[in-house]
Amino acid sequence: MPANEFNGFTDYGIGIGLRVPHYRHILAEKPLVDWFEIISENFMVEGGRPLEVLDQILEQYRVVQHGVAMYFGSADRLNREHLKRLKRLVKRTKTPWLSDHLCWGSVDGRYTHDLLPMPYTFAAAKVTADRIRQARDYLEVPICVENVSSYAEYHASEMTEWEFLSEVVEAADCGILMDVNNIYVSSENHGFDPYEYLNNIPHHRVGQIHIAGHSKFEKYTLDTHDHPVLDPVWKMYAHLLKKTGPTATLLEWDDSIPSFEEVHREALKANLFHKAKTPAASSGATR
Amino acid sequence: MKSLEAKPQHNNVRSRSELKAFQQKMLGMLYRPLSPDWKSRKKTDEGISVVKIAEGLIKPNDRLTSFERLEIYNRCYWFRVLDSLYDDFPGLLALLGNRKFLKLITAYLIRYPSESFTLRNLGSRLESFLCEEPEYASPLQEIALDMVRFEWAQIIAFDEIAREPISPKDIQKRDPEKLRIGLQPYLALLELNHAVDRYLIAVKNQEFDGLRKEASNTSNAAPEGKNHRRRLSLPKRERVWLAVHRYDNMLYYKRLEPAAFTLLKELGKGTPLEMACGKAIKRDGSAKQKGVLKADAFQEKLQGWFAEWSSLRWLTLPSPKK
Repeated sequence: MPANEFNGFTDYGIGIGLRVPHYRHILAEKPLVDWFEIISENFMVEGGRPLEVLDQILEQYRVVQHGVAMYFGSADRLNREHLKRLKRLVKRTKTPWLSDHLCWGSVDGRYTHDLLPMPYTFAAAKVTADRIRQARDYLEVPICVENVSSYAEYHASEMTEWEFLSEVVEAADCGILMDVNNIYVSSENHGFDPYEYLNNIPHHRVGQIHIAGHSKFEKYTLDTHDHPVLDPVWKMYAHLLKKTGPTATLLEWDDSIPSFEEVHREALKANLFHKAKTPAASSGATR
Repeated sequence: MKSLEAKPQHNNVRSRSELKAFQQKMLGMLYRPLSPDWKSRKKTDEGISVVKIAEGLIKPNDRLTSFERLEIYNRCYWFRVLDSLYDDFPGLLALLGNRKFLKLITAYLIRYPSESFTLRNLGSRLESFLCEEPEYASPLQEIALDMVRFEWAQIIAFDEIAREPISPKDIQKRDPEKLRIGLQPYLALLELNHAVDRYLIAVKNQEFDGLRKEASNTSNAAPEGKNHRRRLSLPKRERVWLAVHRYDNMLYYKRLEPAAFTLLKELGKGTPLEMACGKAIKRDGSAKQKGVLKADAFQEKLQGWFAEWSSLRWLTLPSPKK
């Protein structure tokens, strides 16, 4: 299901994140890239170089917006000013879909600038789904929510993370941005089977996939986005594609960023897995 | 203190209000400042056990206690916000040194935590905080205040909105008594008591990478090791009239004559052109010689300034009144 209502019926391939150290190379060399993902908040400004660069990118490339500060899971009402700015950017980029995280990060108008895990409860799912619906209705663009990596589980939770994700996206009738690396990181930190997660989400709602690198420390695994994708994550990616079919995929590399060519080369490895079976042919596949 | 030893109460989240209470409690834990060795503190200021609070919120696993899992987020929060201020105020850091700077921005963030979706605005109240609590920069509070104003002006100049510059036809045949001219919102005019502009150039010559880091999901490194520079001489005490602006999306700062500064300030306040020029002429030293006003000399200067400011696209039509 490469094109679906959750990614605006597009058929995007492998993209990479637009990052400051690569601006000059991209604008000068105009490399062949299927699409770029931008961090929405970096361009929700009024002027200056960020918007100038964005406009030049938009002349050449397809751009999809990815947010880090909508905090769908916050108990507060949606921030109208934030939404207004976001909508202005949506109009500018003509993003076919927009993603942000299934998390919270602010309360009472105070921000942590982090992607904090939700308590997986039915009440939290309802609040979150309501906010996603309101945002989508205002922004008039399909929304995909991304699972975050986490280092804590709450006593308050009433279900697993994948059950919570499913509950939210069904109630909001929205898409999923499935971050395979985040599932792996969380599975290492919480001791669950990542394939159980991958097998038990509504696959028809997956509009986009994220892959990235992570780092293992003595007592926990951290979602660092600072090196190539590791083998277990590629295996999970291949498994997910069997369920979803080829899906727009984005490599995240946010720290210790190497040359553009190296990042692009790493992202294009995902193409190898896009030759996987279609969902229909693999419907009986198990791990 | 028997109650502190009691079994922790688990926090339920069965309604929006309980979700809010849960998030308020978590936020309170994350905002708690770290110890000097970058660890979570085990007691609140009131002596309440954070270990017990963590046990009420977070499950332990086979490798980490509830407290240690909470600590990961507590550290990430502080590393991220401190790192952002280290990036935005390199001049202030160089001026105060790492220890004092860290103490200042930690106290600042405790009083003024972020109220914006973007870290870009994190330092917006640092000037106010320094006015309220000058001892954090003692004995350099005056220089520090100049530096904060100067560095914040650069953040504004970087990405604030640009309006259409004024064109000759916008002002042709307009009565100077009534003509009002606006300034670009990204242009900041600063009247300073120290040469912090030259000091910052020296700082950036020592260490300048010119790039803003992307925010990744997890920040795991303390903001240290950024101050291995040799100590520079302090900024000279002198009166500086400065314009901080951008041109072709590059940041610049430019020293101004006092009269030019006055003129721009007046125009920015909405003073009509003729009156603004009148105030500038009073400020202009070279226009007075032996008590005689040299109008021609000032006229020439004015023409030069307006030509320059037009070429820098600083002048706009005034912003419409709300």
